[in-house]
Amino acid sequence: MKEIALHLLDLAENSVSAHAQTVHIDVREDFRTNQLITSVEDDGDGMTDEMVKQVVDPFTTSRTERKVGLGIPLLKESAEACQGGMKITSAPGAGTKVEATFQHSHIDRMPLGDLPSTFLTLTLAHPEIHWVFTYTFNPPYKGSIRSYEFDDQPIKETLDGLPMTHPDVISYLRSSLEDGIAEARK
Amino acid sequence: MPNVKSLEDLKKIRDEALKKRDIKTPGARVQIVVGMGTPGIAAGARDTLKEFLNIIEAKGLTDIVVRQTGNFGLDSMEPVVKVKVGDEVEVTYGKVTPFVANQIMEEHILGGKVVTANLIPAEVK
Repeated sequence: MKEIALHLLDLAENSVSAHAQTVHIDVREDFRTNQLITSVEDDGDGMTDEMVKQVVDPFTTSRTERKVGLGIPLLKESAEACQGGMKITSAPGAGTKVEATFQHSHIDRMPLGDLPSTFLTLTLAHPEIHWVFTYTFNPPYKGSIRSYEFDDQPIKETLDGLPMTHPDVISYLRSSLEDGIAEARK
Repeated sequence: MPNVKSLEDLKKIRDEALKKRDIKTPGARVQIVVGMGTPGIAAGARDTLKEFLNIIEAKGLTDIVVRQTGNFGLDSMEPVVKVKVGDEVEVTYGKVTPFVANQIMEEHILGGKVVTANLIPAEVK
């Protein structure tokens, strides 16, 4: 993966496979603590401790049937290479949360990448799922924490059956996401 | 929390679309499904999907639905895209870069001619 935003897309696809109804994706760029923190949290099937071990380390554990590929081990490796780490919190029936932390200034940290595109494709291509995206920016030196939240529930209610892939709706969603994140970063 | 575009704007878009009767029969004429498993994403599937959305937006096409799904199991062919136009047989394309996405849109979806260069034959599937 070339971007953290692509890893988030990959994790969100796992949530979709796990029959999630609501998925929260949080991205926090904190220049005060020099950290980049991301998390993907769903209310899907969840995993046992054994399953968590398997998705994190697919080559050393006795493999039975699993649907998750190499996305998670790759993310873990990237995070650990940047003075950070990855943590999975999960239980059967209680959903899954995957958190990854990176040292923001680390030279090996892959770029955050195109967050609006990741969020846009998820929202449009999985309209049956409730998506909530939060981007938080804590600037260096001075200035207050700013954040942008995108929740597609009120949007779907407003659309009232008009497809999300209507061209004008795509424009609306794209500019909402792009402007919202850019505004928080200013 | 800055909310750059309001829901009021969206209501206007909705009412405008309803006025133009953009919502035709339930179920769109064209369905595009992009494989978004780990191999697909790593091969650039997000940019391919975005390109389809860009074309829909630019050309104002109202009868196309774009979805994504997990791994199709054709890793060496990624990004893989399935296209179904009306009642025609579903067509599977491989190595769909944004450039190829444009070709598929122009020649197949709008022109009615399958893009043979990127076709994945049935026996591979």
